[in-house]
Amino acid sequence: MGQQALNGVFVGSIYALFAVGYTLVFGVLDILNLAHAAVFMLAAFSALALVADAHLPLWMALPLAVLAAGLIGLLLERLAFRPLRGRADSNISGLISSLAMATVFEAIALQLFGPDVSRFPLGTFPDRLIRVGTASASLLQLCIIGISVLLMALLTFLLARTRLGRRLRAVAESPRAARILGVNVDRTIAAAFFLSSALGGAAGVLFGLAFNSISPDVGRSVELKGLAVIILGGMGSIPGAVVAGFALGLIEVFTVARFGSSLRDAVSFAVLFVVLLARPRGLFGQAAVREA
Amino acid sequence: MRDLLLAYQSLIAFVGINGLLALSVYATLSCGQLSLANAGFMAVGAYAAALLTVKAQAPFIVVLAASALAPAIIAVPLGLPVLRLRGVFLAIATIGFGEVVRLFFVNWDYTNGALGLVAIPQRTALWTIFLALALALFVLARIRGSRFGYALEAIREDETAARTMGIDTTGHKLAMFVLGAALAGLAGGLEAHFTFMVAPGGYGFGRVVEMLVQAVVGGTAAFFGPVLGAAFLTALPEVLREVGARLGFAPGPFRLFLNGAILLLVVLFLPNGLVSLAGLRRRKK
Repeated sequence: MGQQALNGVFVGSIYALFAVGYTLVFGVLDILNLAHAAVFMLAAFSALALVADAHLPLWMALPLAVLAAGLIGLLLERLAFRPLRGRADSNISGLISSLAMATVFEAIALQLFGPDVSRFPLGTFPDRLIRVGTASASLLQLCIIGISVLLMALLTFLLARTRLGRRLRAVAESPRAARILGVNVDRTIAAAFFLSSALGGAAGVLFGLAFNSISPDVGRSVELKGLAVIILGGMGSIPGAVVAGFALGLIEVFTVARFGSSLRDAVSFAVLFVVLLARPRGLFGQAAVREA
Repeated sequence: MRDLLLAYQSLIAFVGINGLLALSVYATLSCGQLSLANAGFMAVGAYAAALLTVKAQAPFIVVLAASALAPAIIAVPLGLPVLRLRGVFLAIATIGFGEVVRLFFVNWDYTNGALGLVAIPQRTALWTIFLALALALFVLARIRGSRFGYALEAIREDETAARTMGIDTTGHKLAMFVLGAALAGLAGGLEAHFTFMVAPGGYGFGRVVEMLVQAVVGGTAAFFGPVLGAAFLTALPEVLREVGARLGFAPGPFRLFLNGAILLLVVLFLPNGLVSLAGLRRRKK
């Protein structure tokens, strides 16, 4: 029981980290960035390349890969989102252009790393078991939980207490009002993409380390889970994404323990569907007045 | 002419099948809804068709009817709640549906799980594919300009206003959702009897993106746009294969890269797709 809960928190921390980035962009722009999972995958591959080919230690590779993910996010915003801003159908065309970028990213990963599963070299991270109460966890799992929680706390602090955070919240509230008040809206949105992609990238590196298998389609399964998490938490709500991420991790682990692993991915869909039907604004979301 | 047909038979067949799939995405796009469930519907149609042929030896016409009907029946209970949702939520719910269909077939032992069903007899001929495509185009052409078609356009432009005008928005959206599902299923059934096999890997998220790319690149302003896009994007990698190989690209990633890059360019610079090129030239004269 304790062991399952620990595993659930561990998986949930990665889901939450991934979904926080997802929901950040949605909160600011009202556009779903369907290339988020591709950035997740590219970051995992960059960390792998830095460790395996450039022989950097992990503590250097991790921040570098996260930085790379952030830069990819800037590129993504510049190529796929900024040109569409102000267009009437920017909601659907934004979805389509982010899918286009996701496809390009996946093609690049396929070309560079091949379709097979790649792994971190042995001994990238010390293999040690630690007892927590009645359960045991590897040092890696505990570090991953720690890093995720730390990053999410940093983001919360940034949004609540800094100038950039205030600008982000202002743009999320109303881009037009923010512009009138002297906020550089384009730059703020670019910052949101940088942060979002860096967090998604961090989730990717941690996921790659945790399961030690990275392939160009690794983002697929996480994408569905991320979507379930942001829907459950309420679109655009960061605390919602954190709570829902851990909740989904726990629900998933207990379902697998009870009914077998073939239901693992069905859980997220069931959560997604039930929330969409019963409470489309999720746990912490605000009710939409009118979208048209 | 006959030699050309034989040499490029499979390419021509895929132009037709992809055309049907692009039309299935167009069906929902034409009322402003982005549904990404069509790979899932295609899988349902393909498996229904393959099982009927392999396990029940049903005649081909029955098989094709079933491949269109099975996903259409599933689309009704899925669409009713899901179509109340707008924009992003619909996209999310339908991505989820597609993924679950794929996982269902991966875990279903009766159809050999991830390996899928093989050795399906080849029943699909080129004329069957293009007859189906012609029928689909005929239906969509008739919708355009009809009362029903105007209602769809009204919903696409402004759903709230359309509802205020007394249009049954959910009913119209559901009808197009079901039509899209049937077209995708039919394409799945045709493809299964052309390539001898069905496997869950062929109906993943990448497949629905491919359909969407073809529909959008062709242009959703005209009902024949998606078919144009499908023909263009199916033939393009063949034409450019040499170029890709010379640049050191493997064929798989190259195709994927082309799809993504072209989609991005079209969304950014040619929002109404290739069909709008003809209009542009005329306007400049």
